[in-house]
Amino acid sequence: MSFYDVIHSYDWDEIQKEIDGRSREDVERALAARTLGFDDLLSLLSPAAEPFLEEMAQRAHRLTVQRFGLVMGMFAPLYLSNVCTNRCVYCGFNAGNAITRLTLTLEDAETEGESLRRMGFHTVLLLSGEAPQIITEEYLKRVLGRLRPHFSSIGIEMFPMTAGRYRELIGQGVDGLTVFQETYDEASYGEFHPEGRKSDYRWRLETPERGGAAGFRRLGIGALLGLNNWRVEGFFVALHASHLLRTCWKSQLAISFPRLCSSAGGYEPCFPVTDCHLVQLICALRLFLPDVGFTLSTRELPALRDCLIPLGITTMSAGSHTEPGGYSRPGVGGAQFEVADGRSPGAVAEVLRRTGYEPVWKEWDGASAFV
Amino acid sequence: MKTKMKADGPLIIAGRAFGSRLLLGTGKFSSPGVMKSALKASGTEIVTVALRRVELDNAQDSILSAVDASRYLLLPNTSGARNAEEAVRLARLARAAGCEPWVKLEITPDPHYLLPDPIETLKAAEILVREGFTVLPYINADPVLAKRLEEAGTATVMPLGSPIGSNRGVKTRELIEIIIEKSNVPVVVDAGLGAPSHAAEAMEMGADAVLVNTAVAVAGDPIAMARAFKKGVEAGREAFLAGLGSPRKAAEASSPLTGFLR
Repeated sequence: MSFYDVIHSYDWDEIQKEIDGRSREDVERALAARTLGFDDLLSLLSPAAEPFLEEMAQRAHRLTVQRFGLVMGMFAPLYLSNVCTNRCVYCGFNAGNAITRLTLTLEDAETEGESLRRMGFHTVLLLSGEAPQIITEEYLKRVLGRLRPHFSSIGIEMFPMTAGRYRELIGQGVDGLTVFQETYDEASYGEFHPEGRKSDYRWRLETPERGGAAGFRRLGIGALLGLNNWRVEGFFVALHASHLLRTCWKSQLAISFPRLCSSAGGYEPCFPVTDCHLVQLICALRLFLPDVGFTLSTRELPALRDCLIPLGITTMSAGSHTEPGGYSRPGVGGAQFEVADGRSPGAVAEVLRRTGYEPVWKEWDGASAFV
Repeated sequence: MKTKMKADGPLIIAGRAFGSRLLLGTGKFSSPGVMKSALKASGTEIVTVALRRVELDNAQDSILSAVDASRYLLLPNTSGARNAEEAVRLARLARAAGCEPWVKLEITPDPHYLLPDPIETLKAAEILVREGFTVLPYINADPVLAKRLEEAGTATVMPLGSPIGSNRGVKTRELIEIIIEKSNVPVVVDAGLGAPSHAAEAMEMGADAVLVNTAVAVAGDPIAMARAFKKGVEAGREAFLAGLGSPRKAAEASSPLTGFLR
């Protein structure tokens, strides 16, 4: 059974009603449970849990340290292209936006990779818009050939592909796959993704399963916070994670918490998520999923990022550029979103050390096997 | 009559003698400095290092540069490997980079509970032993697998007490007892030991050594905890050698039935 079948047995509005109806006693029961069930998760995501935020945060901290230690995995995004055929209303790469479109040449890609290596990164995440005519199989194969010698671990966050295509990429040295569902609400998904291949909800939803079947070591999922009620979205992220933990049991799972921020096109989120709510979401999911990695990007401001470090985050990016070529020639191409934490990787690493965490730059030797 | 306690010799693994029966892992520490001090306080002589974490060709690597190779045996582990092929590749990489041919074999296809794969572990052990490695395999507390690995030529067996990092202690006690009873190679209880008393328990049972990481690395004071584990291991070992009384359900008079004869 795919996750598409699983999610069909749930109703968005019913879940919202359940969450809104939770009481203080429900939250206390959830916090007293040895292992949390979905019922407990609903309570922790509810408004009734807000007075318990400090207790949740302390537990989230303890669980994360216990499972992951006092270390933080470091990675950087590398945008290969901002050309995109989709028209996602919130995204800077929306095909209708008048931005400078750019696709890195092989030389550009290698130069970007070298810049990241000089900053200390061993783990890179390759990104692009949905442009299979430009990001062709041959192009990717050559890019990977250029980047493999520089990195010990390579992930991709591109357009969804078939399991067969993923197997080829794994054979070319890619070990991680990230794909955000953006919103799990099928009813409103189409409003945000009106055109292009991305308008196919199911094709996207089942992507992590295809990735797991193909054999990626790491799978990343997430919802774009701001598109819908974050409490309900949080429940479905957890439901998806639980499904993947059973079906893709050999893949390390990570959840990201991207919060909508400004981009070209000037989209304003209908359901803004406050800092308090972001913390509640992170803590509730940590208590429910103690073994899943949590990823934090540079979408958030430095002050908040620093405070989120001990609350359940296990990997973070730093010094990121979201425009293709941004590490060697900043600001030439159009960016996917505005980076809120512009500090260098070195500066972020220093904050981590001051907070009592060791930044970990290398976590696997995957890519080197193919050199 | 009092009998003198058996004298303890060193821990011998593959012909090499070690004064300490506590092995320490290097993951999860808040800094290389804290790790270095904890290693020292623990008295350990064998330190495991995740190959996936270190840059073998970089002398400045934060973990490698903090572990004094003249003082400790650096035992590379294959953590992160999901099958025999990946584990063998990591071990060969380490040897090619100049590490001693010792390897702690860890193959954990499930990245969440990190439970070892018995089939792939046996497969990899056979290959690595053939290639001249001294192999210390991390296994579930499976007595038959332990014997199969011993026959394949591994230098130890390292059964888990409970899942890695769980701090739950020796939950696999009854099976580890069988492994200890049957084994001709040192038995190192690895994983899940969350407190010095857990380490002492494993040693009291007759384990030859224990391996600890998380409980020390994430303690409020890792250095003090390393010291506490050192004492726990020593106390447990001494108790084992002294000969523990068997536990009884109720208090017993010394000769309830035959006292009248005296």
